Amino acid sequence: MKHLRQLEDQSVYILREAYKHFNNLAMLWSMGKDSTVLLWLARKAFFGHVPFPLLHVDTSYKIPAMIEYRDRLAREWRLDLVVGQNKEALAAGMNHTLGRVVCCTALKTNGLKQLLENKGYTGVILGVRADEEGTRAKERYFSPRDKHGDWDFRDQPPELWDQYKTTFPPGTHIRIHPLLDWTEINIWEYIKLENIPFIDLYLDKGDGTRYRSLGCAPCTTPIKSTAKTVDDIIEELRHTTVAERSGRAQDEGRGMELLRKDGYM
Amino acid sequence: MQVNVTKPSENLNIVIVGHVDHGKSTLLGRLYADTGSLPDGKLEKVQAICKQQGKEFEYAFLFDAFLEEQEQGITIDTARTFFMWKGRQYIIIDAPGHKEFLKNMISGAARAEAALLLIDALEGVKEQSKKHGYLLSLLGVRQFAVVVNKMDLVGYRQDVFDGIEKEYREFLGQFKAVPAQFIPVSAKLGDNIANRSQAMSWYSGPTVLDTLSAFQKETARSEQPLRLSVQDVYKFDARRIITGRITAGRLKVGDHLVFSPSNKRANIRTVEAFNIEPQPTEGQAGQSIGITLDEQIFVERGEIASHQEHLPSVSTAFRANLFWLGKKPLEKGRKYLLRVATKEVDCEVASIHRIIDTMDLAQQQGSNSVGKNQVAELTLRTKAPVAFDLSASFEATGRFVLVDEYDIAGGGIITELVHDDQEFLREEARRRDFAWVKGEVTVEDRAQQYGHRAAIVLITGGRHTGKSFLARKLEGRLVADGRHAYLLDGENLRRGLDADLSEEERGQTTEMARRYGEVARLLIDTGLIVVSTTNPFGMAYREASEAIRTLVHPAPVIAVHMSKTAEEPPPNTDVVLTGPTDFDAATARILDELKRRGVLAQAIGAKPVFQYSI
Ligand SMILES: Nc1nc2c(ncn2[C@@H]2O[C@H](COP(=O)(O)OP(=O)(O)O)[C@@H](O)[C@H]2O)c(=O)[nH]1
Ligand SMILES: [Mg+2]
Repeated sequence: MKHLRQLEDQSVYILREAYKHFNNLAMLWSMGKDSTVLLWLARKAFFGHVPFPLLHVDTSYKIPAMIEYRDRLAREWRLDLVVGQNKEALAAGMNHTLGRVVCCTALKTNGLKQLLENKGYTGVILGVRADEEGTRAKERYFSPRDKHGDWDFRDQPPELWDQYKTTFPPGTHIRIHPLLDWTEINIWEYIKLENIPFIDLYLDKGDGTRYRSLGCAPCTTPIKSTAKTVDDIIEELRHTTVAERSGRAQDEGRGMELLRKDGYM
Repeated sequence: MQVNVTKPSENLNIVIVGHVDHGKSTLLGRLYADTGSLPDGKLEKVQAICKQQGKEFEYAFLFDAFLEEQEQGITIDTARTFFMWKGRQYIIIDAPGHKEFLKNMISGAARAEAALLLIDALEGVKEQSKKHGYLLSLLGVRQFAVVVNKMDLVGYRQDVFDGIEKEYREFLGQFKAVPAQFIPVSAKLGDNIANRSQAMSWYSGPTVLDTLSAFQKETARSEQPLRLSVQDVYKFDARRIITGRITAGRLKVGDHLVFSPSNKRANIRTVEAFNIEPQPTEGQAGQSIGITLDEQIFVERGEIASHQEHLPSVSTAFRANLFWLGKKPLEKGRKYLLRVATKEVDCEVASIHRIIDTMDLAQQQGSNSVGKNQVAELTLRTKAPVAFDLSASFEATGRFVLVDEYDIAGGGIITELVHDDQEFLREEARRRDFAWVKGEVTVEDRAQQYGHRAAIVLITGGRHTGKSFLARKLEGRLVADGRHAYLLDGENLRRGLDADLSEEERGQTTEMARRYGEVARLLIDTGLIVVSTTNPFGMAYREASEAIRTLVHPAPVIAVHMSKTAEEPPPNTDVVLTGPTDFDAATARILDELKRRGVLAQAIGAKPVFQYSI
């Protein structure tokens, strides 16, 4: 448990730095386990309040239960929820059969870029974790994006001790990653420790399957699992050697590296 | 496959450093593979990529995730990897060894609590082996082991290993760094990584994996005196919560805290937390905490809270060891933003004492700039006093970074306090404030009654620039507006309070300014807006205004400078008036400044409203 509090202290520190330094700050919330833990950590950092808007980039292909859950928590926790959507791309019929990287770029990356541009956010907090995949392992806590939202991973700013990059030229923005040091198990351990409400799609409800990672319905497949409680999940993860995102189609080949250089979360 | 099922009890951050190609990424890959820590299919996936590209399989590709890294066979940026072993969760950071990516190596090492430093047995000790060893010490990573890799290439010979150990120990000894271990390994073949080597029976020490387990979590910091750097102050609801990270020591409800450099004091009323039952009553090093105080004192980000018995240093100058990562060289006399813990303040490099060559630790004197990736000893001077510690006693409050334009361009550790000319007065003010006897009426009570807070308007300038005239005009206007203001003229002190001074002392600034400052401090405590000029000090107004500032600290000082022709005003001047003065306009500007700074309430009445807290 001590290790969870250490992770929590670090994330809370990062969130407070972000809130101090960015006037136009927002947090991305996909309703998955990670960004929901992130949201919870914001309530920790700000003593029950969430002093910035939560952005949901809606691809329209999300599982309906996720939208219900989103609206319920937004009400109960008095969240300032902002939903963005790349309506143009959807009207033109964008979907995953046109290619996964193409679809993710249009509906998520560009959906996000449009939202950031329209609202002029200069700091965006995201729940990415270093253990999810290779390029995320190389992220900074405070990671600058250029005018086009692109990530220059070859030239990342130094990050010394608890000092982060909080100043940036106009037109660019900073991505803030408070969960970099958390692993998938840590997320579930913390959900249990703090009793955080989560979507039950992560649990097996009798058919021997559950979701391990939640994305769009067409591109996320459930895994075989009989984990019916958070404890079951933690136990299962301690024994598994299967990668978390093995059910996520975008990770195949160099998909994620290409997407992330372009500004994907 | 062997799987690790123990529950973790703590986290430990490890960094792997060393010269390029000495085998850091390979060691990391091997460590994972030999302990069964890789996800299913990962090894096979990398094998397939290598085969497809017609390359020999490299363990390094497991974590060198970028296409460019794999194509060039080098690590460009640090990767955080996760590793569970014997009840501990390790975050292992693989740092690049290429000198072009030194800033990435430093970012990785700055996060680490312990390190593995690799040296290639065949190539021996190289430039970056030394630089990284030196930087570990500078960055405060004291626990580390030296791993002599590629022993397979030297026939696993003990004399080669011993030779490297001797040479490198001597180098480390020059700055008193002592490694926990020297370990002979072959990362590629797995000797002494997770499994004991069959080929080196002459070595009986721990493997790399054993060494990781033996590294300790730093816990001693809680036993040090308290340091809490104020990060922010929140008022989301009825509570006014001061937040920050406890970087050393511990605190509990009821503790008397002193905030430096403002010297403000109050007791801890509560420790605040979300979703923790029962509500905590204490905190210790490492925690990001929130507290409320029993008095509504105004403290701001950057102050360091401590107990009164163990205060941090306060000065406008210190000596430091610094490494520079900026694209442009660090230059003497140029302005940079200094960040010490949560404090941000403008500073300049007062002098560069020497550049340190990390190859042989030779010192090169007399430079006016520090180039990229160089290490130097220098003195920094700040625009306003800062609270800090020496890094030998307190890690977190004893180190700093410099920001050049938008980027963190360097970092360092504070090695020595440099005394500035305000030192004695600052000490006097501190002692006097700590012993100050208060009545029942608080500062806030007076502000509510008067419709303004206490402050001093300090008008500086040469002779016949209209200082006295402006001061009188301002006093008149403030009183006409219903404020409590008073013109403190130095002449009135000269014949009374200063009557005991000799002719000679009266001709000097030091004691006269001290007395003037103490009187101003008293008047400010009565809740007045003191209007003053540096008239009695003649052309020594710069020295006098510095002394007055130090003594009235932390009351707001609105500094106004008057001159007939354009000239450089004293540091931190708020309002500059040059040429023939329109006194009504000048008065209006000062009133605006008083409002902007939160001294004057927007409206006077039963319930004055202040725009800002001060
Ligand atoms: N023979 C031999 N080669 C090694 C050993 N460790 C690493 N190498 C090779 O040295 C090269 C550089 O290794 P890498 O891990 O990328 O070095 P890094 O730059 O320190 O991360 C690669 O080709 C490795 O295969 C070893 O123990 N023995
Ligand atoms: Mg490498």
